[in-house]
Amino acid sequence: MNNSYLLISSVGIEFETDNEPFRALQDINLPIQKGEFISLIGHSGCGKSTVLNIVAGLYQATEGGIILEGKEVNEPGPDRAVVFQNHALLPWLTVYQNVELAVKRVFKKTKTKTEMHDWVLHNLSLVHMDHALHKLPGEISGGMKQRVGIARCLAMQPKVLLMDEPFGALDALTRAHLQDSLMEIQGRLGNTVVMITHDVDEAVLLSDRIVMMTNGPAATIGEILDVKLPRPRDRLALAEDPDFIHYRQQVLKFLYEKQKNPASPLSINSSSKNGETEHSSVSADAA
Amino acid sequence: MTEVKALFRNEQWKSIFSMNQIQLFLRQVLKAVTLPLAGIIIFLILWQSVASNITTSLGQFPGPTEVWEQSKSLVAEHKQERVKEKAFYERQEERNAKKLAKNPDAKIKTRTYTGKATFFDQILTSLYTVSFGFFAASFIAVPLGIACGLSEKVYQSINPIIQIFKPVSPLAWLPLVTMVVSALYTSDDPYFDKSFLTSAFTVTLCCLWPTVINTTVGVTSIDRDLINVSRVLQLSPPVHVRTIVIPSAIPMIFTGLRLSLATGWMVLIAAEMLAQNPGLGKFIWDEFQNGSSNSLGRIMVAVLAIGLIGYLLDRLMLALQRRISWDKQAILR
Repeated sequence: MNNSYLLISSVGIEFETDNEPFRALQDINLPIQKGEFISLIGHSGCGKSTVLNIVAGLYQATEGGIILEGKEVNEPGPDRAVVFQNHALLPWLTVYQNVELAVKRVFKKTKTKTEMHDWVLHNLSLVHMDHALHKLPGEISGGMKQRVGIARCLAMQPKVLLMDEPFGALDALTRAHLQDSLMEIQGRLGNTVVMITHDVDEAVLLSDRIVMMTNGPAATIGEILDVKLPRPRDRLALAEDPDFIHYRQQVLKFLYEKQKNPASPLSINSSSKNGETEHSSVSADAA
Repeated sequence: MTEVKALFRNEQWKSIFSMNQIQLFLRQVLKAVTLPLAGIIIFLILWQSVASNITTSLGQFPGPTEVWEQSKSLVAEHKQERVKEKAFYERQEERNAKKLAKNPDAKIKTRTYTGKATFFDQILTSLYTVSFGFFAASFIAVPLGIACGLSEKVYQSINPIIQIFKPVSPLAWLPLVTMVVSALYTSDDPYFDKSFLTSAFTVTLCCLWPTVINTTVGVTSIDRDLINVSRVLQLSPPVHVRTIVIPSAIPMIFTGLRLSLATGWMVLIAAEMLAQNPGLGKFIWDEFQNGSSNSLGRIMVAVLAIGLIGYLLDRLMLALQRRISWDKQAILR
């Protein structure tokens, strides 16, 4: 347990409210290895984002803590870069300047000016955004903005890349493109990633492990699913793959049978051609 | 033959295209010029007819024609005064030159011309005063607003003071400001006139609040995600303010500045009337006291000038905002 790269150790959090304190999370334990891709999945309001924010240091856990490479971390820092759902680019800086801001902050002492410049360009070309360096975020599409958001985080060379529903606000086609890009980059750089998602297909496609959370209040980890699909993964081939379908079923079962939450049905990738899962998504909505 | 036909067709297309353009242009002209012009003409007609029915102890209430006459005479007076001034300096130079020719060691005196301030001199004085007061206020108010927006504690401690002083008419401050300025500003060779400082500080006192309040609101309503980006990057407070806080708050800061400048300009005129400090307000008061048959017309000219200048000041701030703001697409009104 102690040799894990990132350790979420008996984390719980309570929020102050007007009445009694609200316990959002309880007893979250999760060791993560270096280079692992972890997805957190669960119904809306179960506290997935809270977990991520605690790892990022944006929230303080009430009990327990986060240990990164043997050291406890409890405030935000560039070693745990966050990709926000709504890209969170500074609208008054160009694509280049947005990444540059992060690079300057992290490498001011270790890189020269030209090295920093090259590093910005390198990371933007990783996400295929080197053609729009001098555009403002308002002038590019949602998918492009999220690419820049990812480039900004990659450029910080974080120990852990935290992604808060990074593709949630995008249309299905753009989302697929970005998932492929992310897989490719992660395959190349071997980043340790913790990603929150609502999308079952996305979780199975990208992750090494899927962490499924129970419903709140006092949410915790329900089950952990090891996804042992060989990499590189191809979405077209996997669509028919029995293992993939099996993993998908496991997650859906957890979400719709064990943690039924009729108030907020999950978004399920309905473009899937798999009849069986179509059926399960329909029954989930009906429930 | 076919080529010619094609060309002809092409020409036809062009002319149709330009017809459309002309129509579009005309429609734009109608919207941008004709309607406002119609509004102004109707207003002038109404004004003239109402004015001719009001008789005061100083004669007829000035209609548009009377105002036009008076504005011409104000221009003429201004030109006359400039001629006099020029003549004065020429005479003085001549006299000094003569003195020096007689005796190279002679002490010569140069006096500045102290003729009557014309309408246009008063406009300049007022503009100068309002900009001084406004800049002084902005210099304090913007940083204060940013501090209030960033720190709940600063806001909680300053807010009661703002709330109490905000509704006070700056004219209530005027006597106090006058006394304080004459007590504290006692230099032998003053760079500023005391009356100038009094008016300017009064303007400052009323320009503070809208800017402080709007800047605070602008700073507190920064997108949470951007603040989190700053926290993840561990930006230092000065960099945080420069790269995140100020750009996000710029629209609200400018809203505050424009409100401040508009009230500052209104208050300045009143302060000048009340304190008899040089400026447009004094011009109006002097004309009122003068009580000639031209007075009402001249006051009306001043009223229109005040409105026009207030409008131009606001446009100036808008242009400045357009220049400074990152969001060139934003529609500013």
